[in-house]
Amino acid sequence: MDDLRDLYQSTILDHNKSPRNFGVPADSNRDAEGYNPLCGDELHVYLRVDAAGRIDDIGFEGSGCAISRASASLMTEYVKNQSREEVDRVFDAFHDLVTKAPKEGATPESLGKLAVFSGVREFPMRVKCATLAWHTLRAALDQTDQTAVTE
Amino acid sequence: MSVANHDALPADRFDVAAVRAQFPVLADDGPGRTLTYLDSAATAQKPQAVIDALEDFYTREYASVHRGVYALSVRSTQRFEAVREKVCRLLHTSDPREVVFTRGTTEAINLVATSWGGQNVSAGDEIVVTQLEHHSNIVPWQLLCERTGARLRVAPIGLDGCVEVDAFEALLGPRTKLVALAHVSNALGTRLPVAALCQLARSRGITSLVDGAQAVPHGSVDVLAIGCDFYAFSAHKVFGPTGTGVLWGRRDLLDAMPPYQGGGSMIRSVSFEGTTYADAPQRFEAGTPDVAGVIGMGAALDWLEEIDREAAAAFECELLRYASEALEAIPGLHIFGSDPEKVGVLSFSLDCAHPHDIATILDREGVAIRAGHHCAQPLMKFYGVPAMARASLALYSDRSDIDALVSALETTREIFS
Repeated sequence: MDDLRDLYQSTILDHNKSPRNFGVPADSNRDAEGYNPLCGDELHVYLRVDAAGRIDDIGFEGSGCAISRASASLMTEYVKNQSREEVDRVFDAFHDLVTKAPKEGATPESLGKLAVFSGVREFPMRVKCATLAWHTLRAALDQTDQTAVTE
Repeated sequence: MSVANHDALPADRFDVAAVRAQFPVLADDGPGRTLTYLDSAATAQKPQAVIDALEDFYTREYASVHRGVYALSVRSTQRFEAVREKVCRLLHTSDPREVVFTRGTTEAINLVATSWGGQNVSAGDEIVVTQLEHHSNIVPWQLLCERTGARLRVAPIGLDGCVEVDAFEALLGPRTKLVALAHVSNALGTRLPVAALCQLARSRGITSLVDGAQAVPHGSVDVLAIGCDFYAFSAHKVFGPTGTGVLWGRRDLLDAMPPYQGGGSMIRSVSFEGTTYADAPQRFEAGTPDVAGVIGMGAALDWLEEIDREAAAAFECELLRYASEALEAIPGLHIFGSDPEKVGVLSFSLDCAHPHDIATILDREGVAIRAGHHCAQPLMKFYGVPAMARASLALYSDRSDIDALVSALETTREIFS
């Protein structure tokens, strides 16, 4: 039960139930779809990127498990006003958070609220649920027409 | 499936504890370590008899088949060929030449689509499947349609998960060449009226294939009574090893079909001027087969013959009723499919939790279920859900499994409430 509580922390359950930034932001100018072929999670991320390349506004739609939904919701809060470079850095740090044991002595990139996903690394089958939103965000920033997949 | 009225059958005659004791993976390993295995529709666990047969075969009797003149190879070949007769007994038929060994149901269907389909289906022809098919009974036909210009047509189901026979019949026309039907739905447990549906096909000269992967583990199958032309199943779902299965086909059809794959074993003679092919079933068995897998399948069928299948089906029916009632009592739980004749498959959703979250939480309580699209995405679309959670039963399932499932679902609700 303990590792389940680590996985399903109250922040995750809250964002699953009441996702933030759910919907399409006004004047969005980039978007991408994400799909997890293993479990059928579907996600659509919309961005309004300003002239300087910063994420001015962000929203998402779609259906998926609690981990993927909460991850998308928390991501939209986290990356608002960030540049592409900042997003890349957070993407890598988040990926490490959900896949690797923390290195002893190392100071991990501060991920703020995103740290609630640390429990995911005990559940390898659920990593893709947590990272789908991030893959989709990157695809939207790249504005490729291809559906982002977690494979 | 001959069992129609489960109520009249003696479920008490079935000793589930004795059956369960033969499955080492289900042994009680002490508190917190016992496995509640409710994913038998994906693959069944193996009884000790099958595990022993594989070990014994590799230890004492293993050699290539259909090749050597030495005693070991002769014995290996005899044991291998004897499994065709066991398959005949399982399917209530008699001609071992109608039994083709394949890698499983999927390859059996691909074999028919490629070989029979390539010969008999052309542009403008139609193939009929149902809305509830597994991808393995959809995609091979789509590939055939792409190759030939034929068209795939889909017989609808109702919300109860049952095929609408009138709508199915209405789809059969002068261009229909083949109907491909699940005997039992892997996602819903629906038992299709395959005998009636195949009869509708046969009376119009339409060939029929029945995907029996989910039916063989749950009761007696009589391919002649069904009246189908092809029947496919996998050993691993019927307590045998992975990697082997069967295509049963009417002999006149198999004899007329071109080879599926080329290679050793499937030829009569080879020369650069021209090659002639072996008769069925060897014609469809290129290369060294999964000899041990087939022997293991034979052991599984032997083991199954010792089971009182009628009593087992009655027991499963009662257990399914127990499980359905227990699940329906859980607030916010919805069961998909309500065929009164269905087998032990319970696909469900919980309003508070996604199937993947349910499966993760259940796993931590030692309960193994499947969550996902069950290789039946068109069916998920029909019900308007991305995924379902599925608990499925086999001969070794008992009330303790259901009680563990229900308790773990309570934990799920606690976490998500």
